[in-house]
Formats: sequence, structure tokens, C-alpha cells
Amino acid sequence: MSSELTDLYQQVIVDHAKRPRNFRVLSGANRKVDGYNPLCGDKVTIYVQVEDGVVRDISFQGSGCAISTASASLLTEALKGKTLEDAEALFESFHELVTGLQPAHDEPGLGKLAAFSGVCDYPTRVKCATLAWHALHAALEGDKPAVSTEEPGG
Amino acid sequence: MSANASPRTAAGFDVARIRRDFPILSERAYGKPLVYLDNAATSQKPRAVIDALVRYYTTENANVHRGVHLLSERSTASYEDARRTIQTFLNAGSVREIVFTRGTTEGINLVAQSWGRANVGAGDEILISALEHHSNIVPWQMLAEEKHAILRVAPIDDRGDVILEEYEKLLGPRTKIVSLAFVSNALGTVNPIERMIEMAHGHGAVTLIDAAQAAPHLRIDVEALNCDFLAFSGHKLFGPTGIGVLYGKACLLEEMPPWQGGGDMIRSVTFEKTLYNDLPYKFEAGTPHIAGAVGLGVAIDYVTGVGLDEIGAYEQELLLYGTERLSRIAGLRLVGTARHKAAVLSFVLDGIHPHDVATILDRRGIAIRAGHHCAQPVMERYGLAATSRASLAFYNTKEEIDALAAGIEAVKEVFH
Repeated sequence: MSSELTDLYQQVIVDHAKRPRNFRVLSGANRKVDGYNPLCGDKVTIYVQVEDGVVRDISFQGSGCAISTASASLLTEALKGKTLEDAEALFESFHELVTGLQPAHDEPGLGKLAAFSGVCDYPTRVKCATLAWHALHAALEGDKPAVSTEEPGG
Repeated sequence: MSANASPRTAAGFDVARIRRDFPILSERAYGKPLVYLDNAATSQKPRAVIDALVRYYTTENANVHRGVHLLSERSTASYEDARRTIQTFLNAGSVREIVFTRGTTEGINLVAQSWGRANVGAGDEILISALEHHSNIVPWQMLAEEKHAILRVAPIDDRGDVILEEYEKLLGPRTKIVSLAFVSNALGTVNPIERMIEMAHGHGAVTLIDAAQAAPHLRIDVEALNCDFLAFSGHKLFGPTGIGVLYGKACLLEEMPPWQGGGDMIRSVTFEKTLYNDLPYKFEAGTPHIAGAVGLGVAIDYVTGVGLDEIGAYEQELLLYGTERLSRIAGLRLVGTARHKAAVLSFVLDGIHPHDVATILDRRGIAIRAGHHCAQPVMERYGLAATSRASLAFYNTKEEIDALAAGIEAVKEVFH
């Protein structure tokens, strides 16, 4: 594989695409938002359980390409236990990373998410990487109807 | 090309020479030779078409059917010459039956809005197939909604063939119009369109054929098909974008109300009453895409010069080679294996999303399409969100199919 492609499909991305983490319905979720990319058909549903301004638990379901699946999977790993402010800040940093506004080494807080640094060289794939994040953003903003715990899975 | 793999390579079909006629084919993508396998989305243009556009704008440009000056005479002559070329290409009875449009989509919308609104009423039925492109679904949904008509859909089988018995059962006294793809863009299925038209006529229905994917691959004879309408796009037929053709039987076009109003479609206008122009101008409101029409005429001259039968035979050979080559790849499944196909290879790879396939192939210089191909119901029929699709033209080669196969193996490597 060419080095360019290794930059996009880094090992951690391939791993999360093949074995997505937190890939389930979250029965205790009090926020839930669907993300859909009508251009390519990728679908993701983000489930978040927010308590006292902290992401207590987070999961996702959906179908999509390796980039969108890995992005959602790594998002759930990165966000668990974070405050809403931290989550928003991470959303901003991640967005800057994949759109090429900020190189990965300038954002040490990204951790494993730095694996998406290659995406900015593939403009057509930026939306794949950010789909789950936009769904998360909407969920945290709470401007979409939240799911009650009485309706597990919505 | 290996001799043993292609014993029937048509003598005289010199693909190397043909490729030299298409300047873009010598472009490089990421430093690699371009392998363009997205012809069902749009085709590349031969030098003759590119030159015709330059020549038109350099020596002829003026508005048509208006001026008394020399340039207007030239542009009108070129524009109407192109119409005659298309009439011959389709074997239509008259140039009056050849309406220039923006493309297939506009042709279908024209029929739905003009013929449809005048002839389809509450409870009437419109019949399409499960193979259709969105452009042959949505205009009918819009019409059905407006008129409280019913849209019926003939199902396809697992191979991607329309189930003819089911199709026939859906035809009835309320079926006003049947609108069918000649060739499926997503799967490559070539419908037994002549028979389907005959069956529709047996029930008194009017027929429209979406020939967007057929025109680049098959000989089309509207007299033999006996279709009432037929639409295709220039850009898929090696011509410019933004130009297309709607063929309609003169007797139907005459009875239809105009679709869009404006200049060129009128005989006289007063604030009290407007008299509409004769066919085909009644349906060509506004300044048309003159250069596009000229370019399309030249594109048709080009393909007929190469030979429609020769193109068809060579493409079938490529399709056979590609089908065998891709079928040997472990974990690959071809989607669409109809009895009669155009040169389209739609496929899925186990556990790998089509967009990742397309991205990795792209960096190897190979252009394919990944997605739902504007045919979401087709994807749904197979329980898929998307497929990867390699669609071939007569300038493609077996070496390019080998490059595709090697690229797919490289994709599997990434996700092994």
C-alpha cells in the first residue's frame, strides 16, 4: 500500500472499522441523535447518557464506510467520562484536524483521534469522518428531542 | 491483451487507436495512468467533439432561428444538422420528432408534466420497474401526487431481470403510461424492451424509454421499438453535458401542451393570445444549448464511424472478461447478473465498504463509482446501502480490467 493510503487507513482506523467499540444501543441514554449522509447513505445513531454535565456513557449504531465507522467508534472511546465542555472542545479540535486547519501535533489532546490526520488530504471523505461528530454535537446541544430511559433504543 | 483470453477480439477494432482520439485518457491520476471506469456516470469526449465546440464558438456562434445575419444562418444550420444526425441515429420518421433537452431527466420531466398532466387522472396508473434511476421515479411520483394517480413498480429477480410475468400482471385498463429503463445504470441489465413495449401497447398504455444507458452501448431504432417516447443524454454518449434528446411520436407531441413558455416556442404573442410554434420548437423554449447540440451531432458521427455493432461486440468481450476476472476474486460478489447486460460491473466486497474501495482505487489512478448510483430502490432490493461500480466504454481495455482486479486485491490487503 502506498504511504498516502497508510496515512488515511492507519492501523487504528482499520481496527476500529472492523471491530467497532461501544457498538450497541444504550438503554440508559437520555440523548440520542441520528446522523445521516444522504450523499453516500452512511447512517449513525449516537446514544449519550449525560449526568451532571458529564458524559457517563456513550455508544453508537449504524452502517457506513471504514472512516465513518472508525470515527464513531473512536469518538465513543474518547468521550466517555468527559465533561460537556471538554466534549465540545474535542469536537472543535477534531474538526480542525480533519479539515486541515490544525496539524495533529498541535492538538496533543486528541490522543488516538490523531489517526484521522490523513483525512484532510481526501476532501471527499471529510464528511465521513465528521458524521458521528455532528450527530454528537446535536445530541449535546440538546436541540433535538432526547430519548427517555423508558424507551430503550428509541 | 493476451491472445488466449480474447480469441474473438474483433479484427479491425483498434482500441489503441481509439484511445488516441480521447485526449483525457492520457491524463495521469496521482502520477499513475488514468483508468477511467465511471462511464455510466459520464463518458469522456473524443477530440472531434472538443474541436467542434471550439469551432462553433470560434466561427459560428449566434442565436438560432432569429437573425438574418450570416452567423445566425451558420449556427441555425449546424443546430438543425445535428437534429438530422440524431433523427438518423434513432431511425426516427421525422426531425419534428426530435426535441433537444438538457438531458434524459429533462426529457422524462417534459413527458410527465406535459403529456402526463393532460392525460393522467385520479385512479389512473403509471408503471415503472424496480430498476429505475431516480430520474425515472421522482417525476412520476410528482405527477401521481398531483393527479391522485397510482405509481406501480414491476419487480426484479435476484439476477436483476424484470420479472415479465409480474410486469404483465401490473398492466391493466388504468395503466396510462409505462416508463422503463432500456438499460439499468446500477446493474447493467438490458431489458427485453421491445417485448415490454408491445405488452404495454396491448393494454393501451403509452410508453417512454429511458435510454440514457442504452445509447452509448446499443443500436436504437425507435421505429422498430415502436416506443412512443425515448429520452437520452448527450454526455453519456461522448457528447457535451447539458444537452439531451427527447424523441416523441409526432402524433403525440402535436396533441401535447407546451411545457415551458418563452422565446422560440411561439408563433405569435399578444397579451390576449399566444400561438405556439410547430414541432419540435414548441418544446424548445428559450435559447437552446446550441454548441451542445452541435457537439452531440459530432459525437454521434464519431460513434457511428467507429461502428455501433463493432462497439457492441467489443464491449461484450470486455464485459465477459471483466465478469470472469472479478468473479475469481475471493470475497467479491457481483450485483446484477442479468441474462443480457451492458458493460457494467457492480460489486460488493465482504466486510469492506464501497467508499473505501473507491478511495483506495482512486489513489491507484482508477476511477469507479461507489454509492447508490441514484437508484436507491435497486440497492434496497439487494439489501445494500451501496455498491462499487465499474462501468466500461469502448475505449477501455482488458489491461484496465486487470488493473482494477489488482486494485481490488490491494483494497483487501488494507482490510485483511
